[in-house]
Amino acid sequence: MGTTFGRGGATTFQQDLANADVIVIQGSNMAECHPVGFQWVMEAQRRGAKVIHVDPRFTRTSAVADLHVPLRAGSDIAFLGGIVNHILTNGREFRDYVVNYTNAPVIIDERFEDTEDLDGLFSGFDPTTGTYDNESWQYQDQGAAPQDRTLQHPRCVFQLLRRHFARYTPELVEELCGVPRSQFLKVADALCDNSGPERTGAFCYAVGWTQHTVGVQYIRTAAIIQLLLGNMGRPGGGILALRGHASIQGSTDIPTLFNILPGYLPMPRPEHATLDDYVRANASQSGSWADMRAYLVSLLKAYFGDAATADNDWCFGGLPRITGDHSTYQSVLDMVDNRLDGFLVLGENPAVGSANGRLHRLGLANLDWMVVRDFQEIETASFWHDAPEIATGELRTEDIGTEVFFLPAATHTEKDGTFTNTQRLLQWHDQAVEPRHDVRSDLWFAYHLGRIIREKLADSDDPRDRPIADLAWDYPLVGPHGDPAADAVLREINGTDADGRPLSGYAELADDGSTSCGCWIYSGCYAGGVNQTRRRTPGDQQSWVAPEWGWAWPMDRRILYNRASADPQGNAWSERKAYVWWDAEAGAWTGADVPDFPADKPPGYEPPPGATGLAAHRGDAPFVMQADGLGWLFVPSGLVDGPLPAHYEPHESPFVNSLYGQRANPTRQLFHRADNPSNPGAAEHGVARYPFVMTTYRLTEHHTAGGMSRFVGHLAELQPEMFCEVSPQLAELRGLTNGGWATIISTRSAIEARVLVTDRVAPLRIQGRTVHQVGLPYHWGSRGLVSGDSANDLFGLALDPNVHIQEVKAATCDVVPGRRPQGAAVRDLVDRHRPGAAAEEEPS
Amino acid sequence: MSQVTGFDPGTRVGFFTDTSVCIGCKACEVACKEWNGIDETLTDLTAKSYDNTTDLGADAWRHVAFIEQRVAPAGEVRWLMSSDVCKHCTHAACLDVCPTGSLFRTEFDTVVVQADICNGCGYCVPACPYGVIDRRESDGRAWKCTMCYDRLVDGMAPACAQSCPTDSIMFGDLAELRQRAGARLEELVDAGVPGAQLYGADPNDGVGGTGAMFLLLDDPEVYGLPPDPVVTTRNLAAMWRAAGAAAVGLVGLIAAGAWRR
Repeated sequence: MGTTFGRGGATTFQQDLANADVIVIQGSNMAECHPVGFQWVMEAQRRGAKVIHVDPRFTRTSAVADLHVPLRAGSDIAFLGGIVNHILTNGREFRDYVVNYTNAPVIIDERFEDTEDLDGLFSGFDPTTGTYDNESWQYQDQGAAPQDRTLQHPRCVFQLLRRHFARYTPELVEELCGVPRSQFLKVADALCDNSGPERTGAFCYAVGWTQHTVGVQYIRTAAIIQLLLGNMGRPGGGILALRGHASIQGSTDIPTLFNILPGYLPMPRPEHATLDDYVRANASQSGSWADMRAYLVSLLKAYFGDAATADNDWCFGGLPRITGDHSTYQSVLDMVDNRLDGFLVLGENPAVGSANGRLHRLGLANLDWMVVRDFQEIETASFWHDAPEIATGELRTEDIGTEVFFLPAATHTEKDGTFTNTQRLLQWHDQAVEPRHDVRSDLWFAYHLGRIIREKLADSDDPRDRPIADLAWDYPLVGPHGDPAADAVLREINGTDADGRPLSGYAELADDGSTSCGCWIYSGCYAGGVNQTRRRTPGDQQSWVAPEWGWAWPMDRRILYNRASADPQGNAWSERKAYVWWDAEAGAWTGADVPDFPADKPPGYEPPPGATGLAAHRGDAPFVMQADGLGWLFVPSGLVDGPLPAHYEPHESPFVNSLYGQRANPTRQLFHRADNPSNPGAAEHGVARYPFVMTTYRLTEHHTAGGMSRFVGHLAELQPEMFCEVSPQLAELRGLTNGGWATIISTRSAIEARVLVTDRVAPLRIQGRTVHQVGLPYHWGSRGLVSGDSANDLFGLALDPNVHIQEVKAATCDVVPGRRPQGAAVRDLVDRHRPGAAAEEEPS
Repeated sequence: MSQVTGFDPGTRVGFFTDTSVCIGCKACEVACKEWNGIDETLTDLTAKSYDNTTDLGADAWRHVAFIEQRVAPAGEVRWLMSSDVCKHCTHAACLDVCPTGSLFRTEFDTVVVQADICNGCGYCVPACPYGVIDRRESDGRAWKCTMCYDRLVDGMAPACAQSCPTDSIMFGDLAELRQRAGARLEELVDAGVPGAQLYGADPNDGVGGTGAMFLLLDDPEVYGLPPDPVVTTRNLAAMWRAAGAAAVGLVGLIAAGAWRR
């Protein structure tokens, strides 16, 4: 979404779903994983909206949807691409929107070659590195960007899109996804019939889309649909990215990721010797990113305070440089390979929640030290005495040198702070009770850890310790445990001017060191010296948009790109879908929400030559973060695996690619090593050993890797055991019985699960043969009131190349009846099952 | 999430559970146990769809039923979910048979057991035509939904209704809820939803109508609800006669057993 629209966040808010005329939930089991927000889907349905759920399994979301469409896990781009083709073939696009608000008319470099030309590759692919050079994907005559507003030019984006998706026909959807043509057309027509000036449709997705080797492009395909149908920036439209935890959105905004700084500023690289180098490499001339220098200087002032001056380049040299991939999975391999000494684990249970759990646990055993902060002694903390690898004999407690520090963490009721939820909404929570015993907040831990490190380095004159000494590490301490005041941290994030007054928003940020701001997109959350995130005006005392509840980034906007809710002249597209419009009399944008547009820029504004920043955008260019102010149907830069989405098979798939000779994403991130084997794919020797498609998911009753639910009686009792879901047909094929046991086998591991035989997981016909899918909830581990094998142990590391996310929503496996063997015999079973292993016939 | 600001004593309050919007999240089960301080019961997986609670009982005052079906004509999958609860009958047999007065009718016209009076005789258990009330193994006393009596007196909605994210469980003035239930049924029938029907909304049924009504999408027995519940005390005299006859029979059986030995 970041590359298509400009910001990597949900474009709408859950309450707005009630305004939709059609809602497509795909890659998400919203009713189960977001039951509270799902009330707005039910509200939309009450008002007459059609709710469609596209998912391999019939879930609690499907149960209340108007239509459930089962498809093969890992085939969503074919399905969504089919909808793109349906729109273009039948002229169902919202023409005025597409011509004015997207890059459909833009003409692309003549050197660009499509997957249609290169059998599944785009131009610029280097097979030796497995990467693309995107030079040929650029706009023609970079800068001038000629357009054909009739959309007829053969190299305009609109025509490229048409050609690219021309083979994504209903017949192909049926062959690849297992969705009958009639059902596919129902979805396509429902979307088209409910889009246009008078109507809007929304998409909801979650990690069912992201956790694939081509996951980012799943979301891109939906983004293309929503631009073509004119559903962006409008009430009842948009794409709702449903995040998996209470503050996952927050943890990318103020990131726990290795490659970005707060507010999605890129991490400096070694070649960025100075701030000027950095800004030159990353800032754009136009749009909101033109002010990147002000954002970063203000961030450096927040980090380093008075120590950051113009003379020392605002301490820019004090920021770490990234030299390569330091993402989660690379770090795991570094542990295994003895390249990493220590590990801090906060709010995560990777021994259960990460793919190839065995590899993770073997890595933990190779550390010098590890700190785990959690509510319970989760599997990540206890691996040294009860990991499954102890039982198999691969690890012995007395041989493990890792010093484990388990520190009890405070819950949200025991501390002040904010959550940033799925819709970019910051909501403050007040501490209700003091944490007991040694329980402390994460803020307490981070602050005092920093304080002690600084004290230890106080006498150091080593230049590498300089940035730590320079940090502005002075927060008022409150409460009996000396917690840094969360309120003061939020103020720092909001930013202050030279006099220490809170800023009203990021427009006030300066690059001369006069402002300080911990995260530019959060600037305004403490506007006027008021904690805006703490606002809780009840719904019945304000408009339906509820602007007085919490605070949403950026600038308290609830629907992003809402300039697009008005036509190019600034009038609402229709009375029914009016949201933000131009008030000519007042000379300002007005409406139900904070305009996501310069407040007084008229619709007819033409940028003068040489204009920069937002002034370089026309008055009808709604996507303010983009360099050209347009929604990008075609993405010339920002994605490493192609400017347009193409269907690739999952890394592990029993099927060839019906569309291209290129089977899987050519840029997917793989780690070819003995401890991370892959199951053989289609046309490879031994593919029949792992004939079924497996996919992981969550249940309402549990929370992710179980740390917050398996240890809680009232939740644990509701789903007390690990299970797998299989169809009656697969049960018959493999001799499984409802309530009995099954062992699921991959090249990584073998796990056991109780069996639920259900019509809700239907076999599908793909490429003329039947495929069975196996559903695996991933909540269980060896500890808690209820325990069980971990589904993630079955999966290997095969990652999306853009965001390094693991493919756990589609891989292959085998299933046999009965419980798995105990002890070392588990590894024997896994090894014996591999192709090439001595013995036995291929399973049917 | 039902907003309630208090009811005058004398108003009959109740539940209307619209199962057509239930998403089976079990928030009602959890909220009920949290509020009422009921311990968890850890069991093995039942393998009955997603239902591991299985029934109402002394330690489960809300129970979400999950029913997987294939429906004609195309054999499409349907997954019914319904949160069951004590019916708070107009004519409540449990209350009729309670010898201690532990069970009583509140000022809100609900039926509540007073744990400190209950002597654990268990008469109420077979008396309930729905199989709701149950004795707890650990303390021998009878337990069931109180409709959160302690919340009602403070003007709050019962915990289950408060926690229901989709307003499947609605709480309020029973007369008003009956109207709402009728209107919702009409909506669904007009929309062609097969099997939609109200349960417990008829004041002329065998228990005089219930304080907890349901909008079901199939026949009651599909959800494990008796199709035609009758207050068991209606035929009390006849039952005693039957019991007397049974006792005679039992003596005969014992005699027969002794003779064989």
